[in-house]
Amino acid sequence: MPKDHGIGASPKRREDVRFLTGNGQYTDDINIHGQSHVHFLRSDVAHGTIRSIDTSAAEAMPGVIRIFTSADFEGVGGVPCGWQVTDRFGEPMQEPKHPILAEGKVRYVGEIIVAVVAETLEQARDAAEAVVVDIDELPAVIDMKAALEDGATKVHDDLPGNLCFDWGFVEENRDAVDAAIKGAAHVTTLELRNNRLIANPMEPRVAIGDYNASNEEHTLYTTSQNPHVIRLLMGAFVLGIPEHKLRVVAPDVGGGFGTKIFHYAEEAFCTFAAKAVNRPVKWTSTRAEAFISDAHGRDHVTRIELALDKDGKFLAVRTDTYANMGAYLSTFAPSVPTWLHGTLMAGNYTTPLVYVNVKAVFTNTVPVDAYRGAGRPEATFQLERVIDKAARELGIDPIELRRRNFIKPDQFPYATPVALEYDTGNYDATMDKLVEIADIRGFGKRKAESAERGKLRGLGINCYIEACGIAPSNLVGQLGARAGLYESATVRVNATGSISVFTGSHSHGQGHETTFPQVVAEMLGIDESQVDIVHGDTSKIPMGMGTYGSRSIAVGGSAMVRATEKIIAKAKKIAAHLMEAGEEDVEFADGTFTVAGTDKSVAWGDVTLAAYVPHNYPLEDLEPGLEETAFYDPANFTYPAGAYACEVEVDPETGKVDVMSMTAVDDFGNVINPMIVDGQVHGGLAQGIGQALLEACVYDDDGQLLSGSYMDYAMPRADDLPSFTVDHSCQTPCTHNPLGVKGCGEAGAIGSPPSLVNAVVDALSEAGVTHIDMPLSPSRVWSAIQAAR
Amino acid sequence: MPTVSMTVNGKTVSGEVEGRTLLSQFLREGLSLTGTHIGCDTAQCGACTVHVDGVAVKSCNMLALEADGAEVRTIEGMANPDGSLGVIQAAFQEHHGLQCGFCTPGMVMAAADLLAANSAPSEAEIRAHLDGNICRCTGYHNIVKSIQAAAAQLG
Repeated sequence: MPKDHGIGASPKRREDVRFLTGNGQYTDDINIHGQSHVHFLRSDVAHGTIRSIDTSAAEAMPGVIRIFTSADFEGVGGVPCGWQVTDRFGEPMQEPKHPILAEGKVRYVGEIIVAVVAETLEQARDAAEAVVVDIDELPAVIDMKAALEDGATKVHDDLPGNLCFDWGFVEENRDAVDAAIKGAAHVTTLELRNNRLIANPMEPRVAIGDYNASNEEHTLYTTSQNPHVIRLLMGAFVLGIPEHKLRVVAPDVGGGFGTKIFHYAEEAFCTFAAKAVNRPVKWTSTRAEAFISDAHGRDHVTRIELALDKDGKFLAVRTDTYANMGAYLSTFAPSVPTWLHGTLMAGNYTTPLVYVNVKAVFTNTVPVDAYRGAGRPEATFQLERVIDKAARELGIDPIELRRRNFIKPDQFPYATPVALEYDTGNYDATMDKLVEIADIRGFGKRKAESAERGKLRGLGINCYIEACGIAPSNLVGQLGARAGLYESATVRVNATGSISVFTGSHSHGQGHETTFPQVVAEMLGIDESQVDIVHGDTSKIPMGMGTYGSRSIAVGGSAMVRATEKIIAKAKKIAAHLMEAGEEDVEFADGTFTVAGTDKSVAWGDVTLAAYVPHNYPLEDLEPGLEETAFYDPANFTYPAGAYACEVEVDPETGKVDVMSMTAVDDFGNVINPMIVDGQVHGGLAQGIGQALLEACVYDDDGQLLSGSYMDYAMPRADDLPSFTVDHSCQTPCTHNPLGVKGCGEAGAIGSPPSLVNAVVDALSEAGVTHIDMPLSPSRVWSAIQAAR
Repeated sequence: MPTVSMTVNGKTVSGEVEGRTLLSQFLREGLSLTGTHIGCDTAQCGACTVHVDGVAVKSCNMLALEADGAEVRTIEGMANPDGSLGVIQAAFQEHHGLQCGFCTPGMVMAAADLLAANSAPSEAEIRAHLDGNICRCTGYHNIVKSIQAAAAQLG
């Protein structure tokens, strides 16, 4: 019988009622009395020198309150980068200033040049049309390899060139890896591109700045996955506002997928301008603006080599990647192609030697940063593609080749050659489950049926592992993070026993309002309806590092467990006093305190009431009240892993690919709410299939974004996708967090692109196709078939 | 500025609008019915879907003045008279057909439009009908299930 409440049950989401009735409160739904509106005039050229800006005509337009240029931001910091990478020669990365409004030059289409604040949005837009900006256009640098050639136009004149950093990992392994590859019985090489994507949460970004002159308090309402991080970055590094005078609120947020982690210029502008004009200032991104101002994702060009011995054992992996940073360094951009990518290059395998080189490159494009999976999809894609290619070259079944190289269950904890220690896993078990539920053995029959209809059917398999729940602060500090990565929780028990949990995690679709109470209610043996979650407001929550990297339940949930444990410990003391028993004799189960070996008991509500009405209370030993805070800093990453299978049909006449099935077997460790976990995997699969089949962010040579609307950027739609088969019954609980959880938010997006591409290559292998770059559009597939003939 | 009048969720409303004011803007800003969401500017995402005279319409693609005299129904008008979730809304909750909730109002309105015309749609018909509604969270899997369940219940 499935559980009907607590950990492992699937209660319906409580947040749904407001979302289904139109009562959600997203940032754009907030309107503050007296608010003004800002329209940003953005660069329509990718690279140029600003000769002059004439705002005089615009200033005379109706409703205009004030027009801002970079001259108004003298002495104000740039948008900071939160991660410093050290290159393979021990030098820090090149770090250009990232101004709020363009200073002297524009460096990508979409960069803000002028901000017009007016009474209404229409007036601001109309006035922006009257601003005259004279720009001397310069050649744009778009292609990464061209950007690194001698004499290439520089994106930043004050830097030596367009190379942000040249990173080697593990640098000491470089020669050993080279030697292993040289001496190997077989080396498989693959060159590929991990296509540039745009996250596209359905809610565009919004920022509202408000300033209260009477107490000098700033408030920013923003579409953020981590309001405390925004408060820290913007307050300390940009505007110089101390935390106690800056409140950041992220209410209902309509999806994030990474792109709402980062601190953006528009947030700093609205906060700054609200004080400057002494009015609330609101900005709501249009979708067209989102395409040219939200941080993009992926965009790696990679060459990977896999060395194998004669028995198919992996000996070494060497990979060279060019990673696009765009024109400026977004908040966590340098961490994505390095520590979130290179450390995953051992995959699920015992490969003893790995060397990863990454050259991060500035180009005249929108900044690139984390997007669902962030580095781990790029690692998984290249590794699982090259393994598939090797299997084909060696004539070994792709599942068998993977099994030969799996880290086996008795090898955990397993230290990889790329600095991670996997705590637990069972990769054969997930593969066994995949073979069963994807009916791998029945593929031949299905392939024959497809052939009767003139279609080429392919089967693609892959594994993945990711490092989630990021992560120990002392470790990430050594790796260059300029922040800690703990999480906080406060559990406030009210007098009548109901509970408010204040969490630094932020829910923007993940359902924390439902899952977090499941955990607390189970620990206390009370009804889930007695527990509510408070999140998304820096004025209410002690501190928070927010939600990304599949970290909410693993880190935020663990903080909540620790705080609840403190609550139980104190409540036991109160109960002991009430029952006139020794504290060590008090037991607590199902919401009732008892004394072992007696019939004495007090209920949860009696204890909580005593905490706040302490008439009969050990005041000399114990403070009244029942509220506890915990900060949880994990001991390690968590390591979800799994095995995926995809079947496709390719129409050889048109190149069109139909996804016939997608099966995901994931080991997430323990699962709090299976319904929500299924949903997280579904969404990840759709984004992974989107990357593999449909989505491409395309710039022309002049730096104009060609895929700048939903007419041009192919978002996955309902009729592009199949129903999915997902399973998370293989569970090796995380060994170092109290819930044994690993995190599930990114898995689908990491695991699905290689299986889909492997499937298409399988379908076309008899035609001689060995690789096609994503997205596998009909024209690319058709061209690959023709080229192979 | 011209005045526009219409019936929204059974109530007669009117307001002054500019010629360029979109129906979606009038609902959100003029009437504070913020359940109708704006997710794009090319009439592609469907988050702003409402019913105008019984037909699903992308309200970002219609001027408020064009809806003068019309019967408009928004997500705020989809619950039962007692405030409980309507059949389609309840099916979305039961089958986890929403995550961040931003596309959800448009999805519910599109689903109602489909089920009014086709009481027993196949999975393929549901997927085809949702072609104009983009969801980035759910992969559509549970939206399809929700609509199938609502169809079964509505008969």
